[in-house]
Amino acid sequence: MSAPRVLVLRAPGTNCDVETAHAFEVAGATAERIHVGRLMENPTLHKRYQILCIPGGFSYGDDIAAGRILATRMHHHLDDMIHHFVDSGDNLVLGICNGMQVLMRLGVLTAGVETPQVASATVGGDAVLSGQSDADGPGHDVPPATLTWNNHGRFEARWVHLSVDETPCVFLKGIEQMYLPMAHAEGKFVARDADALEQLRSAGRLPLRYCDGSGEIQSETLQFPCNPNGGDANVAGVCDGSGRVFGLMPHPERHIDATQHPFWTRRKTQPAEGDGLAMFRNAVEWFA
Amino acid sequence: MPLWQIDIHPAPQQLDRMGLHTADEIYQLGLGSDLTVAAARGFLVEGEISEQQARSIAATLLADTVTERIVVGQISENEPGDSDLLSEPPESMMENLAERGVEDQPHLVHVMSKPGVMDPVAASTQNALADSGLDAEAVKTFRKYWISGVDQSGLDAICRRALSNDSIETFVVGPLRMNELGVGSQGQFELVRVPIRSLDDAGLEKLSKEGQLYLTLVEMQTIRDHFASLDRDPTDIELETIAQTWSEHCSHKTLAGRIHYRGPATDGTADGDERQYDNMLKETIFAATQSIRRTLGDDDWCVSVFKDNAGIVTFDEDDHVCFKVETHNHPSALEPYGGANTGIGGVIRDPMGTGMGAKPICNTDVFCFAPPDVTPDELPPGVLHPRRVIQGVVSGVRDYGNRMGIPTVNGAVYFDRRYLGNPLVYCGNVGIIPVGMEDKEVKPNDLIVAVGGRTGRDGIHGATFSSAELTSESETLSGGAVQIGNAITEKMVLDVLLQARDRGLYNAVTDCGAGGFSSAVGEMGEELGAEVWLEKAPLKYDGLTYTEIWISEAQERMVFAVPESKWDELRELCESEGVEAAAIGRFVPTGRLQLTYQGEMVGDVAMEFLHDGRPPVIRDAVYHPPQVTPLGIESRDAATNTQTLLSILGSYNVASKHWVIRQYDHEVQAGSVVKPLVGPQCDGPGDAAVVRPKLNSQRGLVISCGMNPHYGDFDTYHMATSAIDEAMRNAVAVGADPAKIAILDNFCWGYTDRAETLGSLVRSAIACQDMAVVLQTPFVSGKDSLNNEFSYFGDDGQKQTIAIPPSLLISAMGQIADVSKAITMDLKETGNVLMLVGRTRRELGGSHFGLVENVSGGDVPRVDAVYAKEVFATVHAAIMNSEIRSCHDLSEGGLAVAAVEMSLAGGLGLELSLADVSRTDGEGDPLTSSEILFSESNTRFLIEVAPDQVAAVSERMSGAGVPLTRLGEVTSGTTVQIEDGDDVVLDVEIAAAKSAWQAPLDWH
Repeated sequence: MSAPRVLVLRAPGTNCDVETAHAFEVAGATAERIHVGRLMENPTLHKRYQILCIPGGFSYGDDIAAGRILATRMHHHLDDMIHHFVDSGDNLVLGICNGMQVLMRLGVLTAGVETPQVASATVGGDAVLSGQSDADGPGHDVPPATLTWNNHGRFEARWVHLSVDETPCVFLKGIEQMYLPMAHAEGKFVARDADALEQLRSAGRLPLRYCDGSGEIQSETLQFPCNPNGGDANVAGVCDGSGRVFGLMPHPERHIDATQHPFWTRRKTQPAEGDGLAMFRNAVEWFA
Repeated sequence: MPLWQIDIHPAPQQLDRMGLHTADEIYQLGLGSDLTVAAARGFLVEGEISEQQARSIAATLLADTVTERIVVGQISENEPGDSDLLSEPPESMMENLAERGVEDQPHLVHVMSKPGVMDPVAASTQNALADSGLDAEAVKTFRKYWISGVDQSGLDAICRRALSNDSIETFVVGPLRMNELGVGSQGQFELVRVPIRSLDDAGLEKLSKEGQLYLTLVEMQTIRDHFASLDRDPTDIELETIAQTWSEHCSHKTLAGRIHYRGPATDGTADGDERQYDNMLKETIFAATQSIRRTLGDDDWCVSVFKDNAGIVTFDEDDHVCFKVETHNHPSALEPYGGANTGIGGVIRDPMGTGMGAKPICNTDVFCFAPPDVTPDELPPGVLHPRRVIQGVVSGVRDYGNRMGIPTVNGAVYFDRRYLGNPLVYCGNVGIIPVGMEDKEVKPNDLIVAVGGRTGRDGIHGATFSSAELTSESETLSGGAVQIGNAITEKMVLDVLLQARDRGLYNAVTDCGAGGFSSAVGEMGEELGAEVWLEKAPLKYDGLTYTEIWISEAQERMVFAVPESKWDELRELCESEGVEAAAIGRFVPTGRLQLTYQGEMVGDVAMEFLHDGRPPVIRDAVYHPPQVTPLGIESRDAATNTQTLLSILGSYNVASKHWVIRQYDHEVQAGSVVKPLVGPQCDGPGDAAVVRPKLNSQRGLVISCGMNPHYGDFDTYHMATSAIDEAMRNAVAVGADPAKIAILDNFCWGYTDRAETLGSLVRSAIACQDMAVVLQTPFVSGKDSLNNEFSYFGDDGQKQTIAIPPSLLISAMGQIADVSKAITMDLKETGNVLMLVGRTRRELGGSHFGLVENVSGGDVPRVDAVYAKEVFATVHAAIMNSEIRSCHDLSEGGLAVAAVEMSLAGGLGLELSLADVSRTDGEGDPLTSSEILFSESNTRFLIEVAPDQVAAVSERMSGAGVPLTRLGEVTSGTTVQIEDGDDVVLDVEIAAAKSAWQAPLDWH
């Protein structure tokens, strides 16, 4: 099998691109870090790649909201590329941390969930108020789910236990549990309503959940710090209906080597690799 | 042109986090209890934008429609516009108030940055709007608050002290009424000359102060005489350039100056040690490094020390590493967030501007604050409450380091009331640089290229201001010296820098820090000369004078020396990464610094006068250590010792810093091996960080620090040696090789024009020299920050001054050949043996026992450097031979605190006995058990050893003459129990100890 080619997308403020490319390489892929500007200049450049990975960082400073500006740019300028990776059926997409935030803003992770058309008069669940009548205003979709500020309202870095639910997600195949670090401020998964949450859950699209040490999946929201941000249903990752497009808030690329584990010094023998590597290997093997 | 106001509220079912947080802050600052606060954020967008477009922008770009609610309206200065609608408090707030029977309408307050202050979100928004095909003329962000439960006078205090910071922000009570957002307007060029030749001494002093030059009279006289000899007056830009170059911040004139020192001899004879320095730093700290390098000979591992922006040492065959620690104290006192933000941003640019540019791989941060429980009425005028300072500083470092993608891996926080007006913010950065890239040389006719952020009116006079004493007036006087950073701009500059370096697109690079272009170009062109075309510098807005362009300390700028033949390629590279670059001049072999604006010469100074014309600073320095009163502890019962232990664990200095640490990404770049918090619950206080900077290599760096301002009240010599010992202990405890540890000095001191204050500094520099030479531990870089004193007029009209305690930070960068040999301080396994390495003396001066028991006196801990070197080497050898499972250094609180920390970190108990600990302390009485528990003698470790390794460790230590005492065993119990003979002398539940340790700074 030839190694799949990974496009690790780089934008101003991306800062996990090097170690993410490294994780793909360790797993057997060929990874290249490409600036978003190169993709905009060369509309066919993306066709060389089979995996799109949007790594962690603070794209465009996370100004306005995390991932918002990069998602807006991609929406306006890289629609073909998104289509190539998301819709063609032959490719994979992985968004890690800021990358998941971008994918959520783009709507590709929650696509297919039935969305009521909401007139702007009820945007945000309350009257939208404007100086003039808003009856003729344009409607704006309320997406099925979003990522918002952690419950405690600030950036948090800590290791979390994760469990995998039954899922079509390619990246999580054969994985039951992982122990990975999270490092984010805006990673709390919030569904629009109970119905959207259930649509996603029942389709196996909420495959990665924060859990306590026992590894059991709980539907009740766990207390901090097991669930570090207070997200609905302890969701740490979301995939599309096909399982080829996946975003997660924790950082699998930071647990490739045994000495990245936070208390590896307590172990008398070290495992050959960290928990996160299996995800990258799954991506490579999907092309085998 | 319409001006749209877009308010974004939490959706009704969502928590109003900002409102709750603000109410809590107001309460914590003592400005009001039982207030109800609702908060929103918002945008002002000016442009030919229809209402539909404004609403579309709000819903698709600015707000999250799942969790937020939007209010859109148009505002203007004279028409009411939609101000009623925009002023309406959130329904949930009104319901809440109605339930409680409150009828008063809440006050509405808007807070926004002052014109010209960096607003990165606004800039990004404007770009994103352009992406969507909308042309906004200007964008501004703001916060708004509705506050109920306070009267008008209380509201004003809340606005000034809790909601906004006058240095950078302005607040508006009531609705916003304005027509446009424009900042800056085209100024008229006018060359300003300063008639200095006619000034007498009083006039010179007045000019120095009022012009914020902060030069001494002798320096002003020198400048006057220089221009008199040229037969002309200087222009304002010439005067500013000289002031920047001669500032304490840029030239370190005091410590590198002539000093006559008298201090106690080794045997304590007063004034028995008399020394005359021509350049104090060079003859102490730098001299130590030179001596070590000579001794190392062919094995010298220093590469570039004390000459570049950071000190460079060897790492492996392909790469070197460098380290720099800076302070940003004065700005952080005025605007903690911005000050700390640009402090870390600035020190990151140091490795970036070292050699041909290093890649930053980790950050450090050490802070000194007044305790957060200071009551508001104790605050002198003009001083921010320590709680606000702490919150601001921590978030400032967080937002810059995290956004840059550089892990913050090591730090410390110290508390003392004397930091009230002068908090200290030390920020460090380590970089990695390929072998062969450590040198740089500007070539004649290289273009001077400014890369990165645009130049604005921010940070005017930062370099000279840092030489001034802070006063209650500083906020109004020097607000312009405070800046807000934009980390992403710097990250983009870094992305460009590394590519340009590897493509060989420039001959030299340096950072634009204090003094702006003036310092950067002045330094780079020192040997050659330079001409600068000031109108070519890209500006944030119109209206800057040529002088402002030259001395602005706007952030995120680097200056490159670029050969003409490479300029096109560099410019294209910058464009491809979205980074702005402009050629603003040329290095020319004239020996002069020539500044032009729109073709007209505005400044022309000889480089020689600029760099060598400053009259030497000549100072006297004396040191008389305070009289020592003996302090011992009688043997006390277990309950009393346990109470003391819990008090020390709960003291701010020792208490867990998890609230700070967890806000920092300490693992980005994926090199983290030993994290700041260790153990199975990831909550134990690790001694030092281990970082693996290259993903394909097992070689690691060890980063640690040492500091203890309390010891300085006793003797700054022993404070300095103790700080070095602590930094070394911490590094060695995780596995660093003590034969290859590079250290950095950062002196933060009071007003060194006073001979006594300078004497205390010189004495500590002598200590650094002595200790470094014996340990063979070279200083590779350093920095000082002087005049850290705060003056104000008390209620009685008397001038009062708070001077910081002598604060020497030692930062250490060690190395470990194979990171898999590293160990941590958490207890590992039941049945293992706990042993004490080193000897304990009755050394309670400056101890935490003294602090929590409120007793003074005692002997300050000393270091026997020859012995310490042996201890470090032996402990290291045992760690490398895998004989030790865990290791923790003994510092604040001594043996008792260290043992309990190991226990709470590992979740395991201890049963220990002091029976075998040596009691002799020279001629004095034998040590009591309480003294053994709480003495803070240096060069000690606790080690956990598996039973089958005890013999090997014992043999190793005794072979090297290192005292080793078996204390007891690790248990599966829930307590730490320590006996002395038949008596239990300490007995504490681990859970109780942990909660005492975690509670004080467990902020939300």
